[in-house]
Amino acid sequence: MNAMSKPDTPVLELRGVSKVYSVKQGLMGARKPLRAVNDVNLTLGRSEVLGLVGESGCGKSTLAKILLGLEAPTSGEVLVDGEAIGSHDRLKLARRIQPIFQDPYSSLNPRKSIAEIISLPLRVHGIGDHASQTKAVREILDVVGLPARVMNTYPSQMSGGQRQRVAIARALIMKPEIVICDEPTSALDVSVQSQILNLLGELRREFGLTYLFISHNLAVVEHLATRVAVMYLGRIVEEAETGALFDASRHPYSRALLDSVLTPEPGLGVPDTHLGAAYPNPINPPPGCAFHPRCASATAFCAARAPRPVASGDGLVECHLYDPETEMFQR
Amino acid sequence: MSDLSDPLLQEITGPTPGQLLRKRVFGHQGLIFGLAVVAILAVVAILAPVIAPHDPYAQSLVARMKPPVFLGGTWENPLGTDHLGRDYLSRLIYGARVSLMIGGIAALISGVIGTAMGVAAGYFGGKVDAVVTFLINVRLAMPVVLVALAVVAILGGSLTVVIAVLGLLLWDRFAVVMRASTLQVRGREYVAAAQAIGASTPRILLSEIMPNIVNNLIVVVTLEMAHAILLEAALSFLGLGVQPPTPSWGLMVSEGKNMMLFEPWLVLIPGAVLFVLVLAINLMGDGLRDVTAPENRS
Ligand SMILES: Nc1ncnc2c1ncn2[C@@H]1O[C@H](COP(=O)(O)OP(=O)(O)O)[C@@H](O)[C@H]1O
Ligand code: SF4
Ligand SMILES: [Mg+2]
Repeated sequence: MNAMSKPDTPVLELRGVSKVYSVKQGLMGARKPLRAVNDVNLTLGRSEVLGLVGESGCGKSTLAKILLGLEAPTSGEVLVDGEAIGSHDRLKLARRIQPIFQDPYSSLNPRKSIAEIISLPLRVHGIGDHASQTKAVREILDVVGLPARVMNTYPSQMSGGQRQRVAIARALIMKPEIVICDEPTSALDVSVQSQILNLLGELRREFGLTYLFISHNLAVVEHLATRVAVMYLGRIVEEAETGALFDASRHPYSRALLDSVLTPEPGLGVPDTHLGAAYPNPINPPPGCAFHPRCASATAFCAARAPRPVASGDGLVECHLYDPETEMFQR
Repeated sequence: MSDLSDPLLQEITGPTPGQLLRKRVFGHQGLIFGLAVVAILAVVAILAPVIAPHDPYAQSLVARMKPPVFLGGTWENPLGTDHLGRDYLSRLIYGARVSLMIGGIAALISGVIGTAMGVAAGYFGGKVDAVVTFLINVRLAMPVVLVALAVVAILGGSLTVVIAVLGLLLWDRFAVVMRASTLQVRGREYVAAAQAIGASTPRILLSEIMPNIVNNLIVVVTLEMAHAILLEAALSFLGLGVQPPTPSWGLMVSEGKNMMLFEPWLVLIPGAVLFVLVLAINLMGDGLRDVTAPENRS
């Protein structure tokens, strides 16, 4: 496999990826650009788990859709094993990257049996005959911890956690290298969330999977992620090793997210960031540092000029407080 | 961990969607009534040559306007005879063929046109949607009855012309409903999952989207069947639809209207069966909507 011969190539790399939607405001309103993803650079090594964290609406799912080839980036490029996504055809890309979505009530076609749902990738790619597909479904069901008898049942007969296991089985049946998990536990009962997280962790070890693990809640990624990227209004504002981020986060937004995790009942719903001011409208992002209206450390300088990403440790921070060049203008 | 708290050990017990549907169908009286009436009339239409007691075209000058049995007639002509002495029951039975054929074929033609337009608009959006929406608006701006009358007046009335005109006119509701349903289903994550698997667009449309909107399609099919049947009757009544001597219920009402004051049953009998058929089709459509409503599918 070419991937093996190039161990240093990141499995997944994003270079300056942006996505601008054109949205209509009101009935007669003119179309305005909405920067859902704004110049994102990320790399994922083999068997890494990158946690992507940020409040709802910051562009996480848009980024996931770009990685899956479901949306084309407005600019920038995505490389899989060093090759731009555009040069993979859809089927080839599908064998490498598979998604697990947030809502298991919406991600399984209610008209199809569980066996049909899980075997769809095999049928689309023409892998094996009916008998071998059935066998593969049986095996993958065992891997995700479901009994073989669910094959002839329908999604409506299953619980949320069981459905999410089916979605995981569908994503893994073609043995992809990369799995994009877009909030895979947010729609589940708290009691089931940890089971699914544990399952995803075991599967990663067993199959050497690389995950991009998206969540609006830092607590969810703590145990699974090797690295964490924090996203705000379409930009990565901090990226660091998981331990480093949890021990000593640098960006004020990361710290606010961490504080919200430390409130009494972590994991329940959208964390309260205690940031007061509401999340800004992405059509009219604040000037300067987009976080400044909510930032406790903000200065007049922050409102005037946007910070640059600064390498720090083996990650990056995007905040004037950590930029050796602009720090001196601060107070 | 106790057995009950582990969801994996819990039995998967709920009924399958098929079992649920069957249960709801048999619990719905309107649907059962509608289905039964339509099924009976369909059998009657198909078996018309076997069932009809007389030739629907055979005239008899000596047996004109004989009353039905319940008005003192004989069992020779259970529903009496018309102004040309043709057996009314036989004409009614053959008329069912015309009504169901027009309703069925017109709904099929307009269903294919409207579904293709609506699904394409809903799935692809953008320019395709803009064009389809424009065509729907153009079509809605045309009064169906007037356009049908004009076309039939120019081309001359015949069964084929009536079916073609109605088929090409009645697709608007199909397009509107299928567009809205597709738009709704397109946003579901299972469609994104199929795209991420690399499934082709035709496969996604036929295998992921269609099964989830086909219930809405069936409802519109019933509505448009009833619509086409009524329009055929109206056109035939005005002399611009099916031409005599073909037996059509609309034409029978039309031919009977001159004698309506003296022999009201000439109008009431075909009027009543037309009413019952349209009512049954509408009840069937309503029932289908009830039993397949999305809230029943959790
Ligand atoms: N298809 C689209 N058209 C227009 N705007 C969109 C579209 N998809 C997402 N957006 C906007 O992009 C922003 C990011 O959305 P999303 O990626 O779903 O955020 P997240 O997953 O982090 O909650 C939001 O403001 C959302 O309204
Ligand atoms: S640049 Fe200024 S406003 Fe932005 S996060 Fe840093 S301190 Fe806060
Ligand atoms: Mg999202």
